[in-house]
Amino acid sequence: MVGSKRRTWIRVLLIAGVLLFFYAPIASLMVFSFNDSRSLTSWAGFSTQWYTALFNNREMMSAIYVTLVVALLSTFVSTVVGTLTAIGISKSRKIIRELIINVNNFPILNPEIVTAIGLMLLFSSLSIEKGMLTMLVAHIIFSTPYVILTVLPKLRGLDPDITEAAMDLGATPAQALWKVIIPLIMPGVISGALLAFTMSFDDFVISYFVSGNGVKNISILVYTMSKRINPTINALSTILVVIITVVLLIVNLLPMLKKKELRGAE
Amino acid sequence: MRVFANLVRPYLVWMSLFIVVPMILIVLYAFTTHGNSVMAFQFTLDNFGKFFDPVFIKVLLKSIQVALVTTFVCILIGYPIAYVIANVDERWQTLLMLLVTIPMWINMLVRTYAWISILSDAGLINTFLKSINVGPIKMMYTDFAVILGMVYNFLPFMILSIYTSLAKMDKAVIDASFDLGANTRQTFMKITFPLSLPGVISGVTLVFLPAVSTFIIPKFLGGGQYMLIGNLIENQFITVGEWNFGSAISLIMAMIIMLSMYMTRKMDKDIVQEAQGGNKW
Amino acid sequence: MRQLIEFKNIVKEFNGTLVLKGINLVIHENEFVTLLGPSGCGKTTLLRILGGFLSQTEGEVIFDGIEISNVPPYKREINTVFQRYALFPHMNVFDNIAFGLNIKKQDKNTIKQKVTRMLKLVGLEGYEDRPVTLMSGGQQQRVAIARALVNEPMVLLLDEPLGALDLKLRKEMQHELKKIQQEVGITFIYVTHDQEEALTMSDTIVVMNNGEIQQIGTPTDIYNEPENRFVADFIGESNLMEGNMVADYRVRFDDHEFECIDSGFSDMAPVDIVLRPEDIDIVPVEMGKLRGIVQSSLFKGVHFEIVVETPYREFIIHTTDNAAIGQEVGLHFFPEDIHIMYRIGY
Repeated sequence: MVGSKRRTWIRVLLIAGVLLFFYAPIASLMVFSFNDSRSLTSWAGFSTQWYTALFNNREMMSAIYVTLVVALLSTFVSTVVGTLTAIGISKSRKIIRELIINVNNFPILNPEIVTAIGLMLLFSSLSIEKGMLTMLVAHIIFSTPYVILTVLPKLRGLDPDITEAAMDLGATPAQALWKVIIPLIMPGVISGALLAFTMSFDDFVISYFVSGNGVKNISILVYTMSKRINPTINALSTILVVIITVVLLIVNLLPMLKKKELRGAE
Repeated sequence: MRVFANLVRPYLVWMSLFIVVPMILIVLYAFTTHGNSVMAFQFTLDNFGKFFDPVFIKVLLKSIQVALVTTFVCILIGYPIAYVIANVDERWQTLLMLLVTIPMWINMLVRTYAWISILSDAGLINTFLKSINVGPIKMMYTDFAVILGMVYNFLPFMILSIYTSLAKMDKAVIDASFDLGANTRQTFMKITFPLSLPGVISGVTLVFLPAVSTFIIPKFLGGGQYMLIGNLIENQFITVGEWNFGSAISLIMAMIIMLSMYMTRKMDKDIVQEAQGGNKW
Repeated sequence: MRQLIEFKNIVKEFNGTLVLKGINLVIHENEFVTLLGPSGCGKTTLLRILGGFLSQTEGEVIFDGIEISNVPPYKREINTVFQRYALFPHMNVFDNIAFGLNIKKQDKNTIKQKVTRMLKLVGLEGYEDRPVTLMSGGQQQRVAIARALVNEPMVLLLDEPLGALDLKLRKEMQHELKKIQQEVGITFIYVTHDQEEALTMSDTIVVMNNGEIQQIGTPTDIYNEPENRFVADFIGESNLMEGNMVADYRVRFDDHEFECIDSGFSDMAPVDIVLRPEDIDIVPVEMGKLRGIVQSSLFKGVHFEIVVETPYREFIIHTTDNAAIGQEVGLHFFPEDIHIMYRIGY
């Protein structure tokens, strides 16, 4: 009974408008990464020269390397630490639980720039030289709270008797952890890891303040280079967009496909 | 199982060192004089006094103003979008929300950089305008460009937040409203909108906080002269080397943010309470 | 009684599945009608079509002499009590109940009077300012009923309204609902899958399955004279058998012929036969019409539930006398206890 034709049109227009707003800039950025000229506004024919330039640019390749290494290592460490801590939190006394959760919320609620300068001050006070190591440590620090935050709800949903049941059946605490708890919270752990990875991969503010000595990740490089128009940045951005989009599509579509399969099997 | 409780111990140490100590350091730097070494500090309030210079106050007010306008525009655009998405067929909802949220995950610098070649004097819009003999219009390095960039970056959060509150609303409540004689408009005003307010409020937090502290967007789209509080902090640490003053500004900003979060939270509570009949018993 | 609602050949299709396959049903003024059936039988769909929340694929809904398919729900003189109440969580009890009256812009005093009267009717005097989110399920239920009835609809639709309540509260509400219906004197259309609820409250029961009406009748009709195997099976516990009519008043099943009270079937017509557990008695072997071995006996409080195995099947019997397991017994029943139905595919 609702929805005249006119109203349907307004809806379609609204949605189309906002999607155009979201995607047109990214699309134009990607299109002009294949432009044959330096211009980002007039099309001079298809070329992959900016990609060639990108792969021949030492600084860019090193930024890609730094970004990937830091993202992978920080994801691994923060996922392990975050998951174990979350399990610990769920079994802790209320005071400790609330203490950790509240302190943990600080870097999440604070503006990134505050976290960034805090870490910068810390590293300088400890006289640690800024570089890839400080960047890695900083990324672990800001990702771990998010992993904890993602895993905790899964643990809350767990039957509290289940660990007791495992141990009652003869499992050691370590076995109960590894064979019962971890498999049950795996979906949370995986989404925590993906969150940690994308956050580290995309991070600019914190990396910018805590790295130095020529160590740059992709974001820092884009920041320093983007003052001038430069199609190589478009090429680099295109690669970033494609990677993130593919990851997101996989993450979002896999469960849907699985559901369909299950339905098909019924 | 108390054995597992021990798993938090390493993180307690870690957290103290890497989350608590940095906070203390910022406070320490904010209240001390010169010298980038912790050992040589001397208590002072000068760093805060310095901030009350009209130049800096203006920056602060400008930041708040830009963030407020951004938040307002995000509600204005985000609400109808979220409402439409929440009311289409469920299969479409998942897809549309995926499309809305994908940009959130794309590097913010990339997203902001993309606008430069669109807005600049020789950019896509002006090229188009020239072809129809209009313009050129100056867009880069204006408030418009900065606010546009912020809306572009933060709108998905607003849509997501409002959509979530609309989607989890019990559809039977809407049916009930129709059933009791309210037409579409009355149902929206009396039922749907009040029930979605918590989503709007959390959207406000998600947009206002990053908008007030970002320094990338003003730098890219506002230019080197465009100064918001985030840029001011960046300058103190990266260019000027005034860490003490920079820390004081950060502290002030953190306070403002805490305050605004406290207020929105309170507003949220009030609304919920009013929603539940207004009086405690 | 005057005819109030008529469904004419209502067909509803969802994504290629027929949920309603041509429903014809007449509902009268002041009647308590229950749509009864298993989940997925189409009863809620039919109710939602009447409420205006769904439109039918084919057919007509006639309400008080007018075809109402294109009338939006907010213009129908029908109100609904929703399955999980659908109370407005941001309003207190008073505002929830007053919602419909406020929409109609009635004046404050009238509203206050009407709401107070309703609260009294449902036994919630003094709860005006209570937030609905802080009420128990039973109280929310009452608010939902008051919120609907205060608009003085000609028909009240109730969609499994007691489903979320515990057993004791459900029983209480059943009586209360019946009382309220008699008090306000309007038509109630009640949807449930609970046969006991249907039997307790209704004037008329409409048994539905697979989008079709299986039987329409009073509770006693439905219980005592089920028209087909589905109804017999769905209403109460039954022993169901296939057999043939040998002649008028003679039916044959399990290789025995029995006297019965049905006639008018063609000779040797295939029929379904129902024997209610409470209609079978356990008697000494030589007095039984059938014989079998006691397989199990469970004490159910008022009666024993005994399973007796004959060469053809297991019979469930409800009796107040116990029987020892393994004992051979006779089964006795009277001709009027044998219910005979045309056999249909189901």
